[in-house]
Amino acid sequence: MSTFGDKLRAMLVIARRDFVAVVFSKTFIFFLIGPVFPVLVGGLAGSIGGRVQENVDRPTIGLAMSAGDTQAMLAAREELDGRVPGMIPEMVVLKGATPGAAIDARAALANGDTPVSAVVSGTLEAPLMTAPRERARQWVGIVSNLAARARSATPTAYPDVAVAEVATSVAKVKTGQIFTAQGSQVVLFLLTMLLAGMVLSNLVEEKANKIIEVLAAAIPMDAMFMGKLFAMLAVSLVGIAVWGGVGGAIVLAGGRSLPAMSVPAVGWPLFLTLGFVYFTMAYLLMGSLFLSIGGMATTVREVQTLSMPVSMFQLMVFFFSSYALSMPGTWVEWLSIGFPVSSPYAMLARAAQYPQVWPHVAALGWQMLWVIVIVRSGAQLFRRTVMKSGPATGSKSVWARVFKRAKAY
Amino acid sequence: MKIELGDWPVSGNAVDAGGVELAIEARGLVKRFDGFTAVDGVDIAVPKGAIYGILGPNGAGKTTTLRMLLGIIDPDQGYRRVLGAERPTDVARRIGYLPEERGLYPAMKAYEAIGFLAALRGMPLKEGRRKGREMLEAHGLGYAAERQIRQMSKGMAQTVQLLGTLVHEPDLVVLDEPFSGLDALNQGKLERMIRDLAARGTTVIFSTHVIAHAERLCDQIAIIAGGKVPFAGPVDLARDQLRPQVRLETRAQDGVWRAALPADARHEGAFWYFTLPETGVEPLLRALIEGDAGILSLSIERAGLHDAFVAIAGEAAARALEESPGEAK
Repeated sequence: MSTFGDKLRAMLVIARRDFVAVVFSKTFIFFLIGPVFPVLVGGLAGSIGGRVQENVDRPTIGLAMSAGDTQAMLAAREELDGRVPGMIPEMVVLKGATPGAAIDARAALANGDTPVSAVVSGTLEAPLMTAPRERARQWVGIVSNLAARARSATPTAYPDVAVAEVATSVAKVKTGQIFTAQGSQVVLFLLTMLLAGMVLSNLVEEKANKIIEVLAAAIPMDAMFMGKLFAMLAVSLVGIAVWGGVGGAIVLAGGRSLPAMSVPAVGWPLFLTLGFVYFTMAYLLMGSLFLSIGGMATTVREVQTLSMPVSMFQLMVFFFSSYALSMPGTWVEWLSIGFPVSSPYAMLARAAQYPQVWPHVAALGWQMLWVIVIVRSGAQLFRRTVMKSGPATGSKSVWARVFKRAKAY
Repeated sequence: MKIELGDWPVSGNAVDAGGVELAIEARGLVKRFDGFTAVDGVDIAVPKGAIYGILGPNGAGKTTTLRMLLGIIDPDQGYRRVLGAERPTDVARRIGYLPEERGLYPAMKAYEAIGFLAALRGMPLKEGRRKGREMLEAHGLGYAAERQIRQMSKGMAQTVQLLGTLVHEPDLVVLDEPFSGLDALNQGKLERMIRDLAARGTTVIFSTHVIAHAERLCDQIAIIAGGKVPFAGPVDLARDQLRPQVRLETRAQDGVWRAALPADARHEGAFWYFTLPETGVEPLLRALIEGDAGILSLSIERAGLHDAFVAIAGEAAARALEESPGEAK
């Protein structure tokens, strides 16, 4: 009997071959630059909406200083914004604040009428900024610079800015975590969408080169399926590493920081780890399914025909998971957690919102079980439908082969 | 799926009735595809170290039989044991297989392809590649070791795949139509390789639709037609299915000696042709001499495998065999 070690070894032989064949091919460079195009298009389209959104949501500093200091700060802001456009936050005079009088900055931050992210009070010589920690760190230098310029057109000394940190409200944290959950689902979906579809055509090469029979005679079919899946997973991770590295470098080179996202309930380190693991599971689940379906296809044309319904399926899984996110605690959420292919999306969103770790262990076990089930079923189906001689095999469509087998077994 | 095991043993190496150890034994193998019975109750017993041919026209069920023996597909009914294992995939590392439809990854170099095939059979990749280079050198293809498969001629690529089939020194080599697509020179080389393998104790089983290959190479054959095996056994036994043919030339045109000729005797030109009577050649000779036939020449020829095939599988199968495309015969 083939031992686990034998299967693992066979799997690695296939994975190694496929990985090397893909990564060291000339076409891999096109794979790597592929996401640039949707990012460019998305960037162009998003910039219009982004500007609108920017006008509404632009981070703003509320001023609660004396009338003279306020005017001087606004003038300094205008002057500095002209030098470094877009880098200086908006400033507004807080309504109801009596210039020079003491102000409850915390109340001003919580006030929804004039949404501001920080409040600057005090004097130009000793400004006081009341803000959440992240904002305070981000803006303390800018406020000091503005105060110095407000005092003198050619500043020689920059005042120290006192900081009064405030914690954001529970409701705001929750909202932020839902945003993090949604964002992580979108990223997971985009990556899975980009990568899982690749395995559809993975067995066509072996069929076209007629090497499939040699493989089938030498190693267990499920080891071959697993090998192919893990090879493409490794290729995907190379792609993600390159995209992530290039994207990060561009952001850093531009001197910008990533948009502030709320800290997920499980914390960033565990969340990022879970993100990686759930991407792996989402990829393996979708990939094993697509590999099994694609394995029935005999030509590139058949694979192309399958691509559209497969993409639609992925889209539906994503929409379902997103919908479930908005219905916590209902059967919809439980269904999205239990349904194997949507489970990674649902659980990653859960990691952003709830601190418990054990459900993730259970979910990963459940998802892995399904990967094994799908791979084994796919390998069996492949062996029974594809590896046969006899008349009229080649003329049947992939659907006919799949459904005929489904009826037979 | 139901597999009928019958009363066959379930463990250990198999032996035939004569005590010969078997590399392959199969009984009652049946395989159906979508209502079409491709293989219908095949029995095969391949002795260890033998060269065994499966002879039949295209579509007779040769490839399906080999695939079942290799575990690529499972039989719907029947029993098989390969190198002592009931599941052939359990002994895959001891088997080398060259399928009818040859194929390698086109981007691989020749030595890499051999190394890859070796790794599939459990050999370390590095070791497989090293042996691949050696084998290519030994077969006069050392200059092409670094050449990609896509840059090779069909014959060269086939040789590379054959070397990849043998690189891990298997105990059993299964070749599906190995001579197909080879020119006469390479067919000769392949025949020598097969003989060398058998001389080293490797069991070789191959399918072919060319009688001459089976006749020259095989110790034993299975004749397969329409998914059935009407004959399986030594080549000599197949030929013995037919009585030897007699060709007689006499001086006398007629006489009492004519009564000694069997009923199927036919006269063509100067010769009489007929099947050697079961009583043997002595009574015939005596009757011819005593009847003053005046014997000018008399030859007794053992039946060829072709005639045996016709007698065993029928005229239609023989015609299909001759019409099977694929190789120089």
